[in-house]
Formats: sequence, structure tokens, C-alpha cells
Amino acid sequence: MSPVNAPNPSSPVIVISAGDNVATALETLEPGRVLAREDAGVTVRDAIPRGHKVALARIAPGAAVIKYGSSIGVATEEILPGAHVHTHNVSSARGRGDLAAARQQPAAAGRLAEPDNGRDA
Amino acid sequence: MSARLSVGFEGYRRPDGRVGVRNHLLVVPTVICSSIVSERVAAAVAPIGTALPHTAGCGQLGPDMQLTHETLAAYCAHPNVGAVIVMALGCEQVVAQHLADAARAAGKRAHVLAIQSEGGTIRATERAIALARELAAELEKAPRETCDVSELILSVKCGGSDYTSGLASNPALGRVADRLVDLGGAAVLGEIAEIMGAEHLLAARAPNADTAVRLLRVINRVESEAMALGLDIRGTQPSPGNIRGGLTTIEEKSLGATHKGGERTPLADVVPYSARITRKGLTVMDTPGLDVESVTGMVGGGAQAVVFTTGLGTPTGNPIAPVIKITGNARTAVSMGDNIDLDVSGVLDARETLDEAASRLFDEVIAVCSGRQTAAERLGFREFAIHRRNPTI
Repeated sequence: MSPVNAPNPSSPVIVISAGDNVATALETLEPGRVLAREDAGVTVRDAIPRGHKVALARIAPGAAVIKYGSSIGVATEEILPGAHVHTHNVSSARGRGDLAAARQQPAAAGRLAEPDNGRDA
Repeated sequence: MSARLSVGFEGYRRPDGRVGVRNHLLVVPTVICSSIVSERVAAAVAPIGTALPHTAGCGQLGPDMQLTHETLAAYCAHPNVGAVIVMALGCEQVVAQHLADAARAAGKRAHVLAIQSEGGTIRATERAIALARELAAELEKAPRETCDVSELILSVKCGGSDYTSGLASNPALGRVADRLVDLGGAAVLGEIAEIMGAEHLLAARAPNADTAVRLLRVINRVESEAMALGLDIRGTQPSPGNIRGGLTTIEEKSLGATHKGGERTPLADVVPYSARITRKGLTVMDTPGLDVESVTGMVGGGAQAVVFTTGLGTPTGNPIAPVIKITGNARTAVSMGDNIDLDVSGVLDARETLDEAASRLFDEVIAVCSGRQTAAERLGFREFAIHRRNPTI
């Protein structure tokens, strides 16, 4: 297993493994905030909630999003450095029965709504 | 690897050679129909008495029936159990005598009572409670004795995960799993869906191709079953709470989750749900991702204790095994403080290192295995759910 890096106390993000193209925000990041050079020196573009991911490099549509040194899914659109990386622009490559069904019968594709049980993020 | 040091804990040595960390009187209903009676009997001698209320035992065919039977029998033989009362109805499919035999084969006292032949629930309950008092008094006299941690099988589990799980609590737990295996013990990891996307890392730790192939086969089966529904697995994995907590895909959740199985411990075995864990090192068990079904299966396999990491906080316990809750989320450590045993959030703001957090967790495991109560035990959380392979007929 690739080891989990220790967080740098002076940085608001953690890059878990060398080669990751996303970092995890350890606090809420506002647009315009500039990350340290060791965190790719990117300027944050979107508000990033604590615990969510920020892109450290441009990720082309269809390219792998890398965290823990492994792919966590593919970009569904171009992701610019500093952008919020989450379900709106990343798709899983696994367990996609919806895609398999759509290939067989295009109208059957659909995704279950995600219920919100009254919890804030 | 350094020379193996012996580390002890205070446990219960059983006649069959296994070692327990609790000494429960287990009241086992054969079927849903005797579940409430079983709970009443166990409650009369709580906390030593504990029941396994479940919803199965009839209306089951083939592999589904077999899994229910094997899981109940595994609990009857479990080293955390000192004696067993099997509470039958009388007309069900699960065979009460087989469950009692499983307990006796492990050297425990076991009795069968059937509601229909005792003359109704009132008489059956009274008679079972009298018997339970006698058995509990006997169990209370059993002393703990020093046992070696190499006797331990630790279940590693996560639930209510958020971004802190993969950064703090799971890697800390993984270090504990590695250390326990270094000392001659074993760990068990379940939740096949939550290995999906990280299987290449575990397969690389298999000592031979056969073990790696068995892992990949189980993962393929679970993925195929999910895909057969024609839906995106994101409908359940990651859960809505996981997504709000920052986890985007099942691959990301799995990569964080798999760290709890250690960083280097070899993958020794891949076993079916509730099957006896026989190898040292890391065993992967074929369990679903639902927390209670997963913990139920791993304890059935022989795990004497569970370490459960959580980002958002959960109450989950088990009827016979202590479940230790740890969180890497400082807010959850406060907001769900009643349910958390250990706070490792210091890893994320450099108040402690992962190795320091792991060392505290290892000490907590030893203390709990020697009798310290967990939050789930104090609060009476004893969830039990047997995985079902087929619909009820």
C-alpha cells in the first residue's frame, strides 16, 4: 500500500501520495486562496468545503482522478487547477450497471436520487 | 522484522483451546418467532446474558438456510460465549439440537427449550430465566487468565466514513493490524464492495496467485450482482453521508477503507460469510457493506473484538464482541462523544503522529480485551443481522 503522508501543519490541504492530482482540504477554502508551492501552488477557483477535494492540475475529460496514488474515477468534464472535484465532475468507473443497461436499452438509464436525511455536510 | 515480543491480555481460555475476551450466556432463538422470548430471558441476567434476535429461521431454502444455521452455530461455539440456551418454537426449520451441539463440541454447557413443548411463552420464559440464572452464576465464577495476543482475531471495520477515515483512523487501525499480525495474531476485513477500486493493493499482498484470484473472484461477483440491477452503484456507495463528507466514488472510499487492513500484512485467506478464520495474517471475509451484517459475519468467523473507525459516528455494537469506536474527526469526537472510545483527530492537526495514535489504539484493544467496557457495551448496543442470500420463500 502506498503510505499515507502526514499532514503539513502549515498547509490547509493534504496531498496523500506523490503523483496525486487532487488534494484534500483540511479546512474550508475560499476562492482566490493560493496554496503553497509544495501543494502545487495552485489558486483555489471554487469554494471547497472541509474534507472535499481541490484539483492540483488540469484534468482532461475522461482522464483519471488520482488520490492515494490510485484512480478514484474519471473526469466527466475538463477540471481546471484549483477547481472543486466531486460528484459533479467525477464519475466512478466501477459498479456502473446504469451504463451497462443504457448500452442495452438507452431509455432505461437513470440514477437514484440521493436522499438528504437532514444532515449538514 | 524484530524478534517477536509476547504481549498478554486477560482473557478466558476455553476447553477447545480458543480464547475469549467476554464470558456471555448466549440465548439463541432458532427463529424470529422465539426472538422476543430470547431477549426477555437474556435481559433477566444482563449484561452477562445476551440474545441473538433475528428475523430468519423459517421460509428459507438452500444456501440461505445454511448461512443462517452456520452463523447461529458459529456464535454458539464462539470463545466469547461461556454457555448457551437455545430457545426454539418447535416447528421451525433451524434445528435447535444442532446449535446446542455446536456449543457442546466447543466444551460449553448448552440447553434447548421449546416454547410449544414448555406450554406457552409464559412457562417457557419462566423456565428459561431460572436456567439462565443458574448458568450466569456459574459463569460469574470463571476467572480471567493471562493469554497471548497471538490468540486474537481482530475484526477491522469502518462505517459512516468521511475524509478523515482514510487519513487518520483507518491508517492508524492498519498499523494496529500489522502489529497484531507481527505478534502472531490475525485480522479480518469484510465489506467486499468497499474493497472495489483498491483490490489491486490487497491482491499484491497475497503470497500466491490462488489467494489473489479468490479475492478478485469475490469482488467480481459482488460488482456483477450490483450491476445486474441496472443502476449506478453510487445509489448506495458511497452513501449520501459519505458524499457530503467529501467522498466522491466507491474507488475513493475503498482506497481509504482498505488501509485499515494494514499496510504490509500478507493477505492470508479469503473466506465465506461467518466461516471460521483459521489463518494468521489478514483474512478477507465475503460480507456485504451494511455495518451490522458485516460485523455479525466477522464475529461469527471468530473475531473476539472489533475496531470500528467512523468519521460521522455510529452506535453499532454486537451481542457478544466488544466494538471499539475510533474517529479521526474532531467534531464527531465531541458531537458523538457518547459513542466514541478513542479520538485520533490529532493526526490531522499534527497533535500526534499516526504511530502514536496506533500505539494508543493498540493499548485500548488490549484493555478492552481484558475487560474494559466499550461505549457500545455501556449503552447496550447489541445489533445482530444475519446476511440473507435469497428472498424469504
